[in-house]
Parts: sequence; structure tokens; C-alpha cells
Amino acid sequence: MNDNSDDVLVRIRDLHFSRGNRKIFNGVDLDIRRGKVTAIMGPSGTGKTTLLKLIGGQLKPDQGSIQVDGLEVPKLKLSKLYELRKRIGMLFQSGALLTDINVFDNVAFPIREHTNMPPSMIRDMVLMKLESVGLRNARDMMPSELSGGMARRVALARAMALDPMMILYDEPFTGQDPISMGVIVQLIRLLNDALGLTSIVVSHDVQETATIADDIYVLSEGKVVGHGTPQQLAETDSDWVKQFMQGLPDGPVPFHYLGMQYVDDLLAGTDPERGV
Amino acid sequence: MIGSIRKLGRWGLGAFERLGRAHIFLYYILMGVPPVLLRFSLLVQQMLSVGVLSLLIIVVSGFFVGMVLGLQGYNTLVDFGAEQSLGVVVALSLVRELGPVVAGLLFAGRAGSALTAEIGLMKSTEQLSGMEMMAVDPIKRVIAPRFLAGFISLPILATIFTAVGIVGGYFVGVGLLGVDDGAFWSQMQAKVDFGEDIMNGVIKSIVFGFVVTWIAVFEGYDCVPTSEGVSRATTRTVVHSSLAILGLDFVLTALMFT
Amino acid sequence: MHNSKTVEILVGLFVALGIAALFMLAMKVSNLSTFSSEGGYVVTARFENIGGLKVRSPVTVAGVRVGRISDINFDNTTYEAVVSMSIEAGYNTLPTDTSASIFTAGLLGEQYVSLEPGGDEKYLQQGGEVRLTQSAIVLEQVIGQFLYSQAEGGDK
Repeated sequence: MNDNSDDVLVRIRDLHFSRGNRKIFNGVDLDIRRGKVTAIMGPSGTGKTTLLKLIGGQLKPDQGSIQVDGLEVPKLKLSKLYELRKRIGMLFQSGALLTDINVFDNVAFPIREHTNMPPSMIRDMVLMKLESVGLRNARDMMPSELSGGMARRVALARAMALDPMMILYDEPFTGQDPISMGVIVQLIRLLNDALGLTSIVVSHDVQETATIADDIYVLSEGKVVGHGTPQQLAETDSDWVKQFMQGLPDGPVPFHYLGMQYVDDLLAGTDPERGV
Repeated sequence: MIGSIRKLGRWGLGAFERLGRAHIFLYYILMGVPPVLLRFSLLVQQMLSVGVLSLLIIVVSGFFVGMVLGLQGYNTLVDFGAEQSLGVVVALSLVRELGPVVAGLLFAGRAGSALTAEIGLMKSTEQLSGMEMMAVDPIKRVIAPRFLAGFISLPILATIFTAVGIVGGYFVGVGLLGVDDGAFWSQMQAKVDFGEDIMNGVIKSIVFGFVVTWIAVFEGYDCVPTSEGVSRATTRTVVHSSLAILGLDFVLTALMFT
Repeated sequence: MHNSKTVEILVGLFVALGIAALFMLAMKVSNLSTFSSEGGYVVTARFENIGGLKVRSPVTVAGVRVGRISDINFDNTTYEAVVSMSIEAGYNTLPTDTSASIFTAGLLGEQYVSLEPGGDEKYLQQGGEVRLTQSAIVLEQVIGQFLYSQAEGGDK
């Protein structure tokens, strides 16, 4: 693999992060290459969303380095961080559309906040972005009138409004019907290639993610446990990755929550906390 | 025993921590106020939802409070043959106390809780986080305009409340109970001082507006981003701002009218 | 939901309503309209006893309010109260031999200074003094005297 530094847009080294007493990342190394769709996968609760927030500078790591386009994110001043964020689009799980304004104004929001373009130009830009997600004719609807899939597409149009270099997707497939899921899967790939973006997709939907990702990282218990192309991961010999990629109910990740053995628990006959 | 002392200690530490966060938050809000003045449309939009939409409840309550004052005042004063002083009683109690305090309490219930719920909802639906990722500071864009709007609206609402209340007292006293029209107004004018009474009342309402809006936006911004967290925060806004209004009212009264 | 023009109009009306309410409080409810401290002149009067007179109590002539008490001091040498009265500029023809009395409005009402114009041809100026004064009637004293005289009358 070509590990030329120009090729890597986001470089994460020895990342440590904990919330309260719980360690979420314990020495994570990641490279996100330019122009590619990189998927970050793992079971629920492994801090995939946290990773996106760390890349966006909304959270600060306890230790380690996060470089985006050569800039060390945790050490950036607020004004520099805001400059960087203008070049990053993020698609939240819920869409995070502003509920008190309509679709058009939502997409226009970042443009209006950051530029002094005349209204006619803003209109052209917004319609262009909405056209690319196929919702140009829904521009007068309020967010509450949209279906989940439509809301996510509007949010995608908004994330692209300022022509970013990178888009972060937080669980883009969760809770979608098969049709809108297919639409979004295709959009991520198409937009990435057409606009020359770099995409990071955080997800636990193995099948969908595998069809569009160039590169997949699998996280578990604060570490990277698997890395490679979808093909490589499918042929992995790691039990853990196999269990995750194929969705087996039992394996290295046990079905039973850890604790006392079942037999011991029954034989003990008492449960002091419940006063039995 | 030790356990309960520890619980008390933990509660105290938590309370102080929140208080500290609230003050840091206030600092950021105040830093965000000048840009709001440059984008006047944001302020106007919030004045509508915070101020104008609270107007109806303020006018209706003001009128009723004034009428009750007229009725009660008359019943007491008439025993001393001093019903001519009804105007003074109604005006002074409204101008000095009831105007700012009752308007403040109503404002906390109507606009304060709505502010908390709105901001809390924006937080729990990741709208605030989304703004941050779009390089838009939610404190400047969302919080500061609402804070400023509340701070400006309450004094206006309290003044309207007082004026409507006096009209209500007039309606009952002069219109229904037959107090002399001239005496009602002239006694009032003789006793109520513009600088001492009316301006002090306005100052009170400015202080209340500041505190209530501060509590409301802080609770919203600081809430646990779940539907339960938002509803708790809304309750806390109403309880805390009501207590703050009543406590501060005593302090301000002691400073102003001694 | 609302277009921006309607919003601006509504908010404008709201602010205007607030200003109107403040104007009403100033003009109709408070003493701002009937009394302005500017352009008036101050005269003093000495009383042996001012009873319950306070700063801001009214000063009247023939029952018409012409000013208010601006200051009350105590003279350490004569043991008298020195009352400063601020009279509005329009009432500038009070003779120098005007007399001042402290009365009570009604049985339990507030106390005020009533001026009784004399016949002099010169008028009171800024810093002038009203020499003829009658102290406040203190209710306890009056009742005491009344009871005392009744008791004396009863003995005879």
C-alpha cells in the first residue's frame, strides 16, 4: 500500500479517550485516505460517533494526535477550528435539521452564515445541492413533514452546501426502509466520486457498508481489531471480525452479559440486593 | 449518618459546579450579544416568540390582578372612610411589587419554560451539535438572541402589566364601586413618584428579565439531551426562576424602599 | 410560518405598546406631570413641631398644590425644624408675609403644608423665608388637652 503522507487526509495516532471511568479508545491508529470512502465499523457502544466528534474537534482526546489535512485538531484555536469545520460536512444520525425553518432555508443556512452571496446565487446553489439528492421539489416542506430518509438526504445536501473536502456520516443507514437505504448507499458513493470528496462512514450495517467502502476499520473495546478492504475482511481468520462481519449470535463476543455463572446463581438461592 | 453527610456534600459540590458553569455560560452569552445587535432580524424574530406571544397572558392577568386589588382595597379602605385613596393603593402595589413580580412569574412560566424546552429539544435532536459542525457557534446564533430578547421583553411586559392593572383597578373602583374619578387619579398622582416608584419598578423588572432568561437558556443548554432531561430542565427553569424572582424581589425592595 | 415583514410589524407594535404604557404611568399615575422640579424656587420655614411631615409632602395654597417639601432639617441652636419647600415657578406671587401651617388631610391622612398669602406687595424669592408658622397639631396632645379640660370642668 502506498503510504505517502499527501495521500492521507486524516491521521490518528495512539488515540486515548475516556468518558468518566469508561475507556472508549485505548490506543487507536487510523489513516483515512483522500478520495476514498472509509468505513468505521463496530458494535453499538464502541464510540464510533465519538470518533467523528473527535475528528470534528467537538471533543478533545485525553492523549494522542488527530491530524486533519495536516492540522492538529485538538490543539487548534477556536477560530482556526471553525475555519477547518467549514471544509468538513457532517451528516448526523437524526439529520439534525433545524426544525423551525423549511428545507430550502436549512440547506441555505451554512451558505448564509458564512458567505455574503446575493439571494439569487444562494438560490441557484441550494437548488443545485437539492437536485443532486433528488429533493429539489421538496424545498418548501418543513422538516417535520419529511420522512426519515428524505430528512437524511436534505441533511446531506446541507452538509455539501459549502463544497467540503470531507463528509462524515454518522450511522447513515440506521432505521431506513430498504428503498431509502439503497438511495443513500448509492448517494454516498456517487457524491464521493463525482465531487472528489473524502468520506468517512460510521456504521454497524455490515452489508450496506461493505458494498461502498474502499477501506474498513473494525473497532472493538477501544482498539482497532481489523482493517482492510471488504474483500480482505470477508476472508479474515480473526474470530472476532468473523463474528461481527457475519453477524453470528455467539463467539468471542458472548451472548450472556458477564457475571456469575448461571448454575452458581441458581444454587446460591439468595439475592441480598433484593432482600431474598 | 456519615453517608447522609456525604450525600449532602456531593449535592453541594454539584450545585456549585452548576453555578460555576452557569456563570461561564453567561460570559459566553454576553460575548455573543454584540454580534446579535448587528443582525437585527435574529433579535426581532425572538422578540416575537418571547415577548409578543406572552402579551395576551400578561394583559389578561394584569387586568384581573388590578380588579382584585380594586375590590380588596376598597373593602378595607371603606372602613376608614379612606376609599378616596384606592388609586394610591392600587397604583403603588402594582408599580412597586406586583407589576414586576407577577409579570416575572408569568414570564417564567410562559416564555422561560418555552425557551428551555426549545433549546433542550434543539440539543437533544443534535441541532446545536450540527451547527457547531457547520462552524456556526450555537451560543451566538441561538442562545444570545433569545437571551437578549427575554432581557428586553420582560420590562416591556411588566410595564404593560402595571398599566393594564391600574386600568383594572380603575374599572372596579370608579366604574363599579363609585369612588370619585378625580380623587382616584389625583391622590395617585400625589403619592406615586416617577423616579422613586416607577423607575424602581422598571429596574426590578430588568433584573428579573436578566435572571429568568439566563436561567431558562442555561437549563436548556445544560440539560441531559433526552426527552426526560428536557422535561426536567423545563420544570427546573420554572421553579428556579420563580424562587429567584421572589428572593431578589426582597433584596431589591430592601435596597430601594428603606 | 411568519414572513419577516409581519414579524417586524408585530414586534414594533409590542415595543410601542410598552412605551405607551410607560408614558401612561409617567403622566397619568405618577407626579411627573403635575410637578417638575426644574424652574421652581425654594423657600424655607421654621416650625416648632412638624408632626408627621415628610419630604415630598405637598405644599398647597387655598387647597391647590403648588409645590412639595424638598428637605427637612433640624436647627441645633434654636431646636426648630427647618423645612425647605420647592414651589413651582408659575406660583411666583406669594407675598413675603405669607404664613405656613401644617395640616392633616382628614383625620388620619397625610400631613401637608398650607400657605396663607398675606398682604405685602413684595413677593417671596429663591431662598426666602416664611416667618409666620403654625406647627402641626399632634393628635395625642389635642386629646390630652381635651381630657384635661374635661376633667377640670367635671370637678367644678
